[in-house]
Amino acid sequence: MLNYGSEAQRDFYIPRICRGELVFCIGMSEPGSGSDLASVRTRADRTETGWRVNGQKIWTTNAMHGDYMIALLRTSGTSEDRHAGLSQLIIDLKAPGVTVRPITDLAGDAHFAEVFFDNVDLPADALIGNEGEGWKQVTAELAFERSGPERIYSSVVLLDAWIAHLRAVGRADSATLALVGDFTARLATLRAMSIACTARLALGESPVTEASLVKDLGTAFEQELPVAIGDDLAAHPDEAVDAELYRTLMFVTYVAPSFSLRGGTREVLRGIIARGMGLR
Amino acid sequence: MSEFLEPFERMLEDVAPPAAVRAIEHGGSTHAMWGAFAESGFLDALVPGERGGAGLSLADAHPLWMALGRHAVPLPVGETMIARALLADAPDGPIALTVADGAGTVVPCGLVAAQLLIESAAGLHFVATKGDATGVPASLAARFDTGRLPAPVAPAPEGGLRSLAAILRAALIAGAAERLTQMTAAYANERIQFGKPIGRQQALQQQMAVMAEEMVAARIASQLGCAGSFPPSLVAAATAKSVASKAAARVAATAHAVHGAIGISEEHDLQRFTRRLHEWRLADGSQNYWNRLLGAARLADPGRSVDYVREAFA
Repeated sequence: MLNYGSEAQRDFYIPRICRGELVFCIGMSEPGSGSDLASVRTRADRTETGWRVNGQKIWTTNAMHGDYMIALLRTSGTSEDRHAGLSQLIIDLKAPGVTVRPITDLAGDAHFAEVFFDNVDLPADALIGNEGEGWKQVTAELAFERSGPERIYSSVVLLDAWIAHLRAVGRADSATLALVGDFTARLATLRAMSIACTARLALGESPVTEASLVKDLGTAFEQELPVAIGDDLAAHPDEAVDAELYRTLMFVTYVAPSFSLRGGTREVLRGIIARGMGLR
Repeated sequence: MSEFLEPFERMLEDVAPPAAVRAIEHGGSTHAMWGAFAESGFLDALVPGERGGAGLSLADAHPLWMALGRHAVPLPVGETMIARALLADAPDGPIALTVADGAGTVVPCGLVAAQLLIESAAGLHFVATKGDATGVPASLAARFDTGRLPAPVAPAPEGGLRSLAAILRAALIAGAAERLTQMTAAYANERIQFGKPIGRQQALQQQMAVMAEEMVAARIASQLGCAGSFPPSLVAAATAKSVASKAAARVAATAHAVHGAIGISEEHDLQRFTRRLHEWRLADGSQNYWNRLLGAARLADPGRSVDYVREAFA
C-alpha cells in the first residue's frame, strides 16, 4: 500500500493498521491456482459504481480474523492471458456476498480459510495501484513475504524449549554441543540474510532472487529442527521430557510441511533463483 | 570498502592469473607474485594507522579476503595481513598461521611461507622453517612439527589465533564459492546435451539454486565473522567457519556434478577452486569443531536463541 496505494488509501488504512484497528489478509491462492498463481480466475468486473467480484480464494491466512483482503483478481481477459489483466483490489470482508470458512489443519488449528465472493460490490477506489499491473505488484509483495522473520523463526520456540531441556538435564556431550552450535550458527546467518533483504526492501528495491534464497534456506532450517530435535530426545530415553516440550515438538513436526508451501513452494523458489543465476 | 577492493582486484588479475597460480602450484618461484603484494602496501591493511598501516577494520578487509579466494591466490596474503596486525616487528615475507595442539599440524600455504606464526599455551612464536610437503598433488599445504618452539615473541591474541585464521578461511571459502557458482552457471548454459543447454533441465536448475544459496550463506556468515572488532568473538568466528565449511563441501560437489567429467581433469580450472574449498573447510577448525565450541557457549546462556544471536552481533 505504501508503494502502490493512492494518497487517500494510505491516509485511511495505514494509520489504522499501525494502531492495530484493522487487520488485512492477503488473497492469492485459489482452488485451481496454487503454485501457478497467474492462473487465478476470481474476477472483478467494472460496474457503474465500481467493481463486482465473483469467485473464491483459499488458503488465505487469518481471513476469519481479517477486516479487509488485498486480493489478486482478474480484471480483464481470461486465465489464458496469464500475467496480463490482473489487478489488486481491497475487499471489505464484511461486505454482503462475502463468506469466510476457516479450514482446520492437521494440528487441530485453523490458520487458513476459504473465502467466497458472490456478487460482492466494491467502490471504484478499491483498486490499488494500476489496473492490469497486479502481477508486478504481487511479485514485489512476495519479496517481503519471503524474506521476513517468519521464514526463519517458525520453529524457534521448539529450539528454545529443547535448549532449556538440555540445560535442565545437564547434557553436554560433544554430539549435543555440535548440534546446538550448528543450529545457532545457521540461525545467526539466516537472521543476517533476512536483515540484508529488509535493508534492500527499505531502499525501495525488489530483491526477488535474494528473498527466494532466504526463504528456501530458512524453511529448510525450520523443517530440519523438529526432525533433529525429535531424534535427539528419543535417543535419550533416560531423560524425562516434559509434556509441553513434547507437545511443542509434535505440533512443529505436524505443521512443518507448510513452511515450504506457503508464500511459494521450494520448487518454485528454486526456479526463481535459477533464473536469477541466468539459467533458462 | 570498494575504494580498496577495486585496486586490489585489479592487482590480482594482473599478478595472479590462472597460469601464474598453476606455476606456483607446480613448484615455480613465488618471488614475483609475493613482491607485488609486498610492494602494494596491502599486507599492512590491518595494521593500525599509528604504526604506519592502512588501519582497515575486519569488515573492510573482508571483501579483500574474498577476492583472494575468488582468484585462488597461492600465497598466504590474508594470513600475513593478520600476523602483521598482531605484531609490530613481524619478519618480512609470507607468513602462515597455526596453533600448536601437540600433534603435527597441516597448514595451508605452508610450503610457500617463509615464516610460520604458531600459537602455543605460552604465546605466539615465529619459526623460520619450511614445513614438509604433505604428498598431496599440487597442494601448497605443509605439515609442521610444532613440538619444539623458540621463546614466544608476544602473548596470544584474545580468543586465540585460530579464531582469526577461521574468519579469514571463511572469507576465502566464500570467494572461491562465488567463483565456482559463476563458472558452473556459465558452463550449464554452454554445454549442450539432449539438444539443449543442460542449464535448462529443471533437475540441474534445482541443484544450482541450492548451490547459490550455500554460496550466499557462506558470504553472509563470513561477513558476520568480520563484522566486529579485531580479534573476533568466539560466536563470530564459529558462525563464520561453521557455515562456510558446510557450504564448501556442498558447493564443490555441485560444481563437479554439473561440470561432469571435464571438471576432474587437471587441465580444467575447476579443480584449483574445489581442491582449495576442501583444504580450507578442514583448516583452522572444521564445521564440527566450531559447532561444539559455539554449542557450549550457547548452552551456557539461559536466554532465548533469537536474543542470543542478536546480542552476539549487536
